[in-house]
Amino acid sequence: MSTKILLQLEGVSKEFPGVKALSGVDLCLRKGEIHALMGENGAGKSTLIKVMTGVYKRDSGVMKLNGKEIQPKSPLEAQQLGISTVYQEVNLCPNLSVAENIFIGRQPRKWGMIDWETMNRRSEELLARLDLYIDVKQQLSMYSVAIQQMVAIARAVDISSGILILDEPTSSLDTNEVKQLFSLMKKLREEGMGILFVTHFLDQVYEVTDRITVLRNGTLVGEYKTEELSRTQLVSHMIGREWNPDELSGEKSNKTASAEQFLRANGLSKKGSINPFDLTIRKGEVLGLAGLLGSGRTEIARLIFGIDKSDSGVLELGEEKIAAMSPQKAIKYGFGFCPEDRKVEGIVGELTIRENIILALQAKNGLFSYIQTKKQKEIAQEYIELLKVKTPGTEQRIDNLSGGNQQKVILARWLATQPRLLILDEPTRGIDVGSKTEIRKLIFNLAASGISILIISAELEELVNCCDRIVVLRDRVQIGEIAGSDMNENRIMQMIAEGAGVYGKSGVIGA
Amino acid sequence: MKALRIRVSSNNIIILATLLLLVLLYGAGSMMYTGFFSMQVFLNLFIDNAYLIIVATGMAFVIITGGIDLSVASVVALISMVSASLLEQGMNAYVVMSISLLVGIAFGAGQGYLIHRFQLHPWIVTLAGMFLGRGIAYLIGTESIVVKNETYTKISSYKINLFGGGFISISVVIALLFVILAILVGRYTGFGRAVYALGGSERSSVLMGLSVGNTTIAVYTLSGFCSALGGIVFTFYMLSGNSLHLMGMEMDAIAACVIGGILLTGGFGYLIGPMFGVLCTGIIQTIIIFQGTLSSWWTKIVIGFLLFLFMALQRLIVMRKEKGGNATQITRKIAKNNVKM
Repeated sequence: MSTKILLQLEGVSKEFPGVKALSGVDLCLRKGEIHALMGENGAGKSTLIKVMTGVYKRDSGVMKLNGKEIQPKSPLEAQQLGISTVYQEVNLCPNLSVAENIFIGRQPRKWGMIDWETMNRRSEELLARLDLYIDVKQQLSMYSVAIQQMVAIARAVDISSGILILDEPTSSLDTNEVKQLFSLMKKLREEGMGILFVTHFLDQVYEVTDRITVLRNGTLVGEYKTEELSRTQLVSHMIGREWNPDELSGEKSNKTASAEQFLRANGLSKKGSINPFDLTIRKGEVLGLAGLLGSGRTEIARLIFGIDKSDSGVLELGEEKIAAMSPQKAIKYGFGFCPEDRKVEGIVGELTIRENIILALQAKNGLFSYIQTKKQKEIAQEYIELLKVKTPGTEQRIDNLSGGNQQKVILARWLATQPRLLILDEPTRGIDVGSKTEIRKLIFNLAASGISILIISAELEELVNCCDRIVVLRDRVQIGEIAGSDMNENRIMQMIAEGAGVYGKSGVIGA
Repeated sequence: MKALRIRVSSNNIIILATLLLLVLLYGAGSMMYTGFFSMQVFLNLFIDNAYLIIVATGMAFVIITGGIDLSVASVVALISMVSASLLEQGMNAYVVMSISLLVGIAFGAGQGYLIHRFQLHPWIVTLAGMFLGRGIAYLIGTESIVVKNETYTKISSYKINLFGGGFISISVVIALLFVILAILVGRYTGFGRAVYALGGSERSSVLMGLSVGNTTIAVYTLSGFCSALGGIVFTFYMLSGNSLHLMGMEMDAIAACVIGGILLTGGFGYLIGPMFGVLCTGIIQTIIIFQGTLSSWWTKIVIGFLLFLFMALQRLIVMRKEKGGNATQITRKIAKNNVKM
């Protein structure tokens, strides 16, 4: 009988200069349901939540709370209307007590002074309602992230009048903690709350949610009942490619990669980021990593390059075994890493193309062996020609180039170090189609010249076209590997959806 | 009985250490020098440092938000100059005090506004305030001005006799009342808790709906007010205005906060701490005076070592806390498993 609609959005649109972030999105949150909001990166989930919580103002569309139209202008106003949000990172003050974190800004008063006794008592009552029995006078930092997250939820529940938005609350929790959180969510649902739950983890969606709304590229794909939507359908809705079992496998020609093993990762893992995985990369091979956002693709790359420190496992490089990798070591061993967000982690916008290309080479040679400017120019010119970077000269500032050309400069930077392994994280994101094809061609040529390449991409088509082998990830677990004629988009989608790999590793999947 | 039991936790260990240090120093002084263990020597600590107690307590609020106020010493000197020159012109003493407080409040509020509005680092803004305050003091006069105003001299020499033969000055009463008020504000008002929240996490404070801007401005205004009040009390003490007064005293105030257990990274500390910190440095000074042959620079050397010690202690506690947090998590899980079995 719980079909009463709490919050309804109709035709909500939001445009940023040059980008249509949301166009005509509908969302309907009912009383006593857990509603999942799904979509890949850039689908518009965060924009939609920010519109709902008053961080952004919507351009058009209607937002109704209990049938009345509302227009929150700030998170505070949304809170006062009864829409409270718990974010991915715990947004509480670790130095204050649990009770204070729940009540700060609205402490109970007695004669104008804060009434600590009442505050502590009411906190205990509130947490008891959520089946959490802890010492509320203790500092928040004494508790685990999961408990902190639940305290945040307790605060949100106490403020809200029926609507709770959980924006990826599980991404920093482990399996047990997620279970605790879910039982809490179910309890709140029974009490008649409407919960909007954003997550990247498919299993979690099927464990707790009643309905799913899927967004893609800022538009609504649809609202579905969770039990009526199969995982495969969900994945194809999110990725935007129709699932078609009859489709023939790609026309991928079998290249022969040399059998010589270059790098082997043995049980590498990092708690809370990626479960143990094994990877082998052969010389001159293009290995792909496929999976949805948050499945651990980038985390693998960061572990191999040593940006993050692994908790367990070793990297085997020929005869050598490396337990503690670091970017410096990685560069010395001949690794190159083109990061996902080239604006933030890749290019140095204020420097010229020449300087950007020389960076990694300089780092490899050591700070004190100066490379002469003339030599630098020669190197830069050589790669500009090789990669066909469209620029008037080596002394242009790199931020004047287009996205595709910037990407080529970053490639050039690593190529200048004569790498043996190149890790490319989303090498073609955000660049135009023409440049995409060129960069893909380049990848082929590099592999043919004996460089091993590890490529991460959200575009399955790109992976299928470029790679010799693809490792499939899901929810931070390596679930399988496909190669040769097996390799097609449908197969990958099926693996992501069903969680069963060709090696039958599905038993490892948690939560 | 429950109230009497003091639980040693990572929160109060620094303040307990400071108290222990106070007792040890005082005990050592009493053992070594005759006449050290007298009521009046102890009370003199308050009389000589009343202004510093007020300024350090104001500073503590700023440090708890995660900021710093380097302008305090300059403002104290400025206020001593402003009051002395106004009194010289024959202005009523209470009007002068009110003007002094207003100057301090305006000075602090200005700094707070700049820090919040332009998202400037407090170090930079209050460093500028430090030069500005001292500069204006010089502008008023480079010579020392003696205060001859009757009200000021009366307040200055008035002795409040205590049981047991000791006496304190009115300044001490002002300082102690102020500390009590500060503790109450810190513990029982929305502003006080917002100060702690801001020091814990500015981002979270915003998302929890606290007004970060107002709190920032208010906390620097409070510090400006404290400097002005400290300036008035200091003028009672010195009975003169001099633009060269108290060079580098801002560092003494910061040192008192650190020794009193106010964490420089913000968010932690008891507001009674700075007073203990001031007393500690005061006792060291007194010991060196009683000793007689040591140069007064030894005070600085000892305080330097003490600061190192307390910084290391603070760091250790933070590091242990990080470990401790994990430990509670693990024990919780073990406990749960036991229940299941």
